[in-house]
Amino acid sequence: MATETKIPFDETYIRTFSSGHGEPDWLTARRLEALELAERLPLPKPEKTKIDKWNFTEFARHTVDSAPYDGLDDLPEAVKALIEAGEGTKNLYVQRNHTSAYVSLSDELKEKGVIFTDIFTAAREHGDLLKNYFMTAVKPDEHRLAALHAALLNGGVFVYVPKNVEIETPLQAVYIQDEDDIALFNHVIVVAEDNSRVVFVENYISASGEGKAVANVVAEVFAQANARVFFAAVDHLAKGTTTYVNRRGIAGRDGRIEWALGLMNDGNTVSENITRLVGDGSFGDTKTVAVSRGEQVQNFTTSVIHYGKHTEGSILKHGVVRDSATSIFNGIGKIEHGASKSNAEQESRVLMLSEKARGDANPILLIDEDDVMAGHAASVGRVDPIQLYYLMSRGIPRRDAERLIIHGFLAPVVEAIPIEGVKNQLIEVIERKVQS
Amino acid sequence: MAVLTIRNLHVSVEGKEILKGVDLEVKGGEIHAIMGPNGTGKSTLASAIMGHPKYEVTEGEITLDGQNVLEMEVDERARAGLFLAMQYPSEISGVTNADFLRAAINARLGEGNEISLMKFIRKLDEKMAFLEMNPDMAHRYLNEGFSGGEKKRNEILQLMMLEPKIAILDEIDSGLDIDALKIVAKGVNEMRSSEFGCLIITHYQRLLNYITPDYVHVMMQGRIVKSGGPELAQRLEAEGYDWIKKELGIEDETVGQEA
Repeated sequence: MATETKIPFDETYIRTFSSGHGEPDWLTARRLEALELAERLPLPKPEKTKIDKWNFTEFARHTVDSAPYDGLDDLPEAVKALIEAGEGTKNLYVQRNHTSAYVSLSDELKEKGVIFTDIFTAAREHGDLLKNYFMTAVKPDEHRLAALHAALLNGGVFVYVPKNVEIETPLQAVYIQDEDDIALFNHVIVVAEDNSRVVFVENYISASGEGKAVANVVAEVFAQANARVFFAAVDHLAKGTTTYVNRRGIAGRDGRIEWALGLMNDGNTVSENITRLVGDGSFGDTKTVAVSRGEQVQNFTTSVIHYGKHTEGSILKHGVVRDSATSIFNGIGKIEHGASKSNAEQESRVLMLSEKARGDANPILLIDEDDVMAGHAASVGRVDPIQLYYLMSRGIPRRDAERLIIHGFLAPVVEAIPIEGVKNQLIEVIERKVQS
Repeated sequence: MAVLTIRNLHVSVEGKEILKGVDLEVKGGEIHAIMGPNGTGKSTLASAIMGHPKYEVTEGEITLDGQNVLEMEVDERARAGLFLAMQYPSEISGVTNADFLRAAINARLGEGNEISLMKFIRKLDEKMAFLEMNPDMAHRYLNEGFSGGEKKRNEILQLMMLEPKIAILDEIDSGLDIDALKIVAKGVNEMRSSEFGCLIITHYQRLLNYITPDYVHVMMQGRIVKSGGPELAQRLEAEGYDWIKKELGIEDETVGQEA
């Protein structure tokens, strides 16, 4: 192994932490198994990015107790800006560092059996349900970071939508980090049972400075037969935070999972987003936009894996790279043997804004079935001078013309965000990252 | 009154000289048509006036109201009052037509003088209705997925929204059916005033049935070889270009061939 990293927390610590949260025995046991795995498994190996010197394990504090917010008025401005007054506050989860700091779920949804609560409460109150899903789409034995995540889980949210329940308005989660030198092992589970429908929107934001922090995030999404999940996320963690984020979905028969991911972290980031189309006729659409700046190194892997027949998968990735930043975009469409009549499409485009920026778009198609369709398009380049000329010929100055083109380039995710406040925040973050 | 003056203009593309000394003056209130077969330098003239990055002016001058256009960036030329309706308008994904137009108008008006949203919407609705455009087109991405005719109509919409002093229409009629052509002509005629000068570049006399030019110029071998009134366009329509070639002793009218 290249570097021998000692996990800074031992069995005793984990036992104490787990029992402190009143966790069921199965969860404590899974944590301990995972801890043992974390000590011996290697790091993941994202294509074309070396991460063995990255800090995923050094942080001063595993958990902090933060004060909950007294009410909506007490929320920080950065959080308020993301929330729509009225309807938007009815189904809301705000997590401050590791503390569930504000939760609301409308009576209407409660009556229908919807669960929307922090991961610890879910473990205590809905343990048997959680057990069926927790670390099943992402398994602890995949690599050290997955194992570490399971062992040190310290935050997150559980969304459960029973059969035939269709939720019109989005469920919203905001995770705010306002302390340095901590680690966030956030775990998100979204379960949509047969014929149900849910829109989930999450934001990771930092209100702290640029101190060293670690985020190790896993989201597991399950769209069961004929269920629809729309999952939107905007990640904007501070420069000092090293992030590993793994969002994974499994779609059952005729299930649909759509992702709209605005990956705007300012620190080094490895992002993995895999959708498994297991059921026949299932559908996966994943849109990712990202901006890298400064000295940032980021690796974005998006994959749609077709197992069922007649499955449709599409991947769109648009990235902007500036300064001396590096961004690697790996797109993998995989059609397994037997997944006949399936279609795997992908498009990866990288826009380079400076000489020193490094960007790479790697479209990969792995096909083990004859009767399928597949296609990909990839490009890495500068802002098109003819587009610039066109806009400038209408009087728009070069800088503004470039800005318009870049915002337009990132619009596929921006336009898909179903909450106005979150959409505007993403536009502002893009503006800041592109301009400053 | 605006005056666009072009003197002895020489323009090269990738080292090859296309325009070989063009002289032309377009004043507010005038409509000029430049006609000529393919490959004679008509579109090069349009692109050079606007400042297309691929076209290099090697000699001569272009001024607008005495200001040196060649020293201006493309956006400065536009703000000075020039407009080019392009033969192949760019598609810009993710930028709506309306957002783009508002940005363009505000760039002209300058900071602190921005058009109010209400006023903008009123003007946009009015001009789109005038051009018989589907209101949805305001919210579609700029030219993306537009048909050829929709793109041309959208160029005229921009012309009407931006109200330049001098407009150049580069083959605005190519690929248009007769109904679309009439609408485009209606837009240009609506702009006609003593404050507005227009240079129409076309292969075909057809457009000039709907927009009557004050002057007609024929371009061959990168120069204007003949000028006249509207009757010249009619004669070209009836007789083609051969009589001019014969008159001037030109064998091949395209650029790169010398008489």
